[in-house]
Amino acid sequence: MDAAVVLPKLLALAWLLPLASFTLIVFFGPRMGHAGVRAGQVATGAILIGCLISLYALFFVWLPYSHAFETPAEEAHAAAAPDHPAATGDEHADASHGDADHADAAHGAEGHAAASHHAPIIKPIAGDWYALGEFGSLRITIGYYIDSLTVLMFSMVTFIATCIHFYANGYMHDELHDVVDHEVKLANGHHLHRPGRFHRFFQYLSLFCFSMLGIVIAGNIAMIFVFWELVGICSYFLIGFYIERKSASNAANKAFIVNRIGDFGMIIGLMALFGSLGTFAFGDLTREVDGKEVTEPGLFSLVRSEANHHHLVVPDGMVKAAAADEIAAGAEPTAEKIAEWRGETEPKQVGRYAYWLLVVAGLGIFCGCVGKSAQFPLHVWLPDAMEGPTPVSALVHSATMVAAGVYLVGRFFPVFVPEVLLVIAITGCITLFLAATIAITATDIKRVLAYSTVSQLGYMMLALGVGGWVAGMFHLITHAFFKSLLFMCSGSVIHACHTNDMMKMGGLRKKMPWTAYTMLAGCLAIMGAGVPFSIGLSGHYSKDAILAQAYSFKDSNPSFGFLFYVAALGAVITAFYMFRLWFLTFAGEPRDHHIYDHAHESPKIMYYPLVVLAVFAVGVGWSTTDFSWFGLHHLFGEFGVRELLDQAQPVGTLEPTHGVLLENLKYPSEHDSHLDKYHITAELVAFGTAISGFLLALAMYDYRILSAAEVRAHFGPIYQLLIHKWYFDEIYNALFVQPTLFLGRRVAQFDKQVIDGLIDRLAWMTRGVAHLDDLIDRYFIDGLVNLTASCTYGVGIWFRGAETGKLRQYVMFIVVATVSLFFLVSLILAGGP
Amino acid sequence: MNLLTQPVGVSHYLIVGAIMFVAGVVCMATKRNALGVLMGIELVLNGANVNFVAFGSVYLRPEVTGIGLDGQLVALFVIVLAAAEAAVALAITLNFYNNHSTVDVDQADELKG
Repeated sequence: MDAAVVLPKLLALAWLLPLASFTLIVFFGPRMGHAGVRAGQVATGAILIGCLISLYALFFVWLPYSHAFETPAEEAHAAAAPDHPAATGDEHADASHGDADHADAAHGAEGHAAASHHAPIIKPIAGDWYALGEFGSLRITIGYYIDSLTVLMFSMVTFIATCIHFYANGYMHDELHDVVDHEVKLANGHHLHRPGRFHRFFQYLSLFCFSMLGIVIAGNIAMIFVFWELVGICSYFLIGFYIERKSASNAANKAFIVNRIGDFGMIIGLMALFGSLGTFAFGDLTREVDGKEVTEPGLFSLVRSEANHHHLVVPDGMVKAAAADEIAAGAEPTAEKIAEWRGETEPKQVGRYAYWLLVVAGLGIFCGCVGKSAQFPLHVWLPDAMEGPTPVSALVHSATMVAAGVYLVGRFFPVFVPEVLLVIAITGCITLFLAATIAITATDIKRVLAYSTVSQLGYMMLALGVGGWVAGMFHLITHAFFKSLLFMCSGSVIHACHTNDMMKMGGLRKKMPWTAYTMLAGCLAIMGAGVPFSIGLSGHYSKDAILAQAYSFKDSNPSFGFLFYVAALGAVITAFYMFRLWFLTFAGEPRDHHIYDHAHESPKIMYYPLVVLAVFAVGVGWSTTDFSWFGLHHLFGEFGVRELLDQAQPVGTLEPTHGVLLENLKYPSEHDSHLDKYHITAELVAFGTAISGFLLALAMYDYRILSAAEVRAHFGPIYQLLIHKWYFDEIYNALFVQPTLFLGRRVAQFDKQVIDGLIDRLAWMTRGVAHLDDLIDRYFIDGLVNLTASCTYGVGIWFRGAETGKLRQYVMFIVVATVSLFFLVSLILAGGP
Repeated sequence: MNLLTQPVGVSHYLIVGAIMFVAGVVCMATKRNALGVLMGIELVLNGANVNFVAFGSVYLRPEVTGIGLDGQLVALFVIVLAAAEAAVALAITLNFYNNHSTVDVDQADELKG
């Protein structure tokens, strides 16, 4: 079985199934059973089959494919480095990371102890399914770029989406009959009464999954952009699902508009890339042109070409674009000249421009990710997105929308230069701290989770930004599982209590044990609970990896040490607000007995997915090497999410690098973070922060040693700042919304007075002309026509006298007429020639 | 040219035809009896027939080529037409009589404009 042929087909099938379900529901949704109840089953079935296909692709196609690379690649390496003939193989077998000593001279940069990565390079499967059009050098295609990240994301997205689909079948059952929306008051004082929209919900859910999978599989950045926008519009539909509620439609608009801001930056990035490099594709594409096979390099190999040992070098296209002035002045862009311009020799001016172009491209792409992944300063839309139904929140916050941004940063990682990575890290750092602090004071159960999501996304960006590609993507995967679990648990609580306010809950553990204990698993996972150096929940591994990477980055760049400290502080806050949420909701005494008495455990279709996700939230971070005492790795080899991600690590990004514009900015290899000096510290810090946050929450909200009200009174100004979400909405309102509205009002006024006045005058003139026209029409044209008519009438009346009806008279007429005609003709003939 | 001294030729026939025609027309114009009018019509038609026969005859007009039956054929045609017309006209008259108990054409002025 050739994976390069089978994988694209399998994944395309898994990708297109939700589209088929969407199409079906669009056309036949309302007729699918009573109130469209079958639409839920169609959508769930489509994504379930997609999930099974993805898992099959992962385990039975991708794994054999990737294993095939391991042996020959090592042999090749052993041949290439004859100095260490025996050592190489052994060191790989025990997966030690001490192979820094046999650094390839070409890879080593600036005397760094380059921990060059000798893991086999697994060739990604790239290609095009279909070319939409070709305009000069621009080829718009539907293509694919499949590496283990793609396959892993496919499995994760479809799996979580499947759980959410099942859950939504239970959660949305209110929509199966007419709905009275108690949050919408009509002008006549009644509540809104509307038909249920069950099928429409699943229709959008299917389209959402399709769009997200499209981003994951996309083989070029243009295709990503298309599906990027599709995800945006789906989130718009779903956040605004209760469109009659003012808050919901506002939130949908907010999400859409804020995302547009990010996407504008993304378009700039796209233009910078395409304008200088002339391609959108990620991987190298081989296709037939005029009967010859041509291999066109993709973005990744343009930026990190094999000739440069996969080291990031400003590509020729960008150098040429930067040297446009010199070329216009007559300089021939030869290879030597380009090398000179690139800045390898003096003067550095052009090289600097070219490098800036790469920075702009990276920042532009990251801009799109800031919008989509709700990073500071565009994080404001995500908490408002809570207006959508809870399954949507679960989907948006874990597997789809926000994951797309982090995924794109991960996908584009090889193109980001150190300066861009630093921006990403700082953005992530600010985001994680801001959001975590806001989450402390929020009382809406879903908002706590929303800010928690923003904060965790900040962690991912931070991890990617400090060079921890595997750490960031690993956290993306583990977070997807526990965050979808947490959201669905909160949905279950809301379903039972009909309120989002945690202050009205409490003690629900006894009423809904399944929800309570699955949520506890989720809280422990996000907190990163675990025993240091042995075993833990999924969050334990990913958070450790992030902290270790940040710590190792701090070691190389002491001036950016705050990235590590903020991340550690964020870990305390994370543990605190998550357990604050859990204690307020499930522990203690019920605070609102009316709600407590009516609360009940959710139906099975809702809590079964919770259990499944809880199992994964606990165990998705494990790999077989964690159970080496059990011998699992002998049985299955080294297998786990981390190992899969290791395979997908973009080629060349493991090399230590340093900035060009910021020459002191040094990026250590990600492998360095596994060194004991970083790893042990990070693990202890992670454990300590998680425990301290947990204990603080325990003291304040369970044992009540510390009174929350007292703390609040003590830190009044800070509390005010946090409860107002750092005044972001107010600032944006004052800075952007109000000026826009002001401008809008002025423009409206101008419109009303000047444009409308002009139009009115024109209309008045037209009316006058029309009036004149009417007069002419009525008296002149009509008069002529009427005159003709009356003449004809008069003649008719006159001739009428001749029609006496008397036969004999007619005969006389005939005779007289004939005779006179005879005379007339004779006369004319006689008078003629 | 004196017609009375000439041998009988086309002109003589034409004169007879013209007299018949005029008689017919006068008959049509003066008779109040519908049957009389019909008779006048017959006269007019046959006056025309005489002309046709005269013009078509090889005896009267040697310059006529062929076997000289053209005129006769047209005359025959007219006779057939006249017969048909007479049948229809008599039927109309009969109906008129049934309705008005008269055949006076002056009474039939319902088509007056």
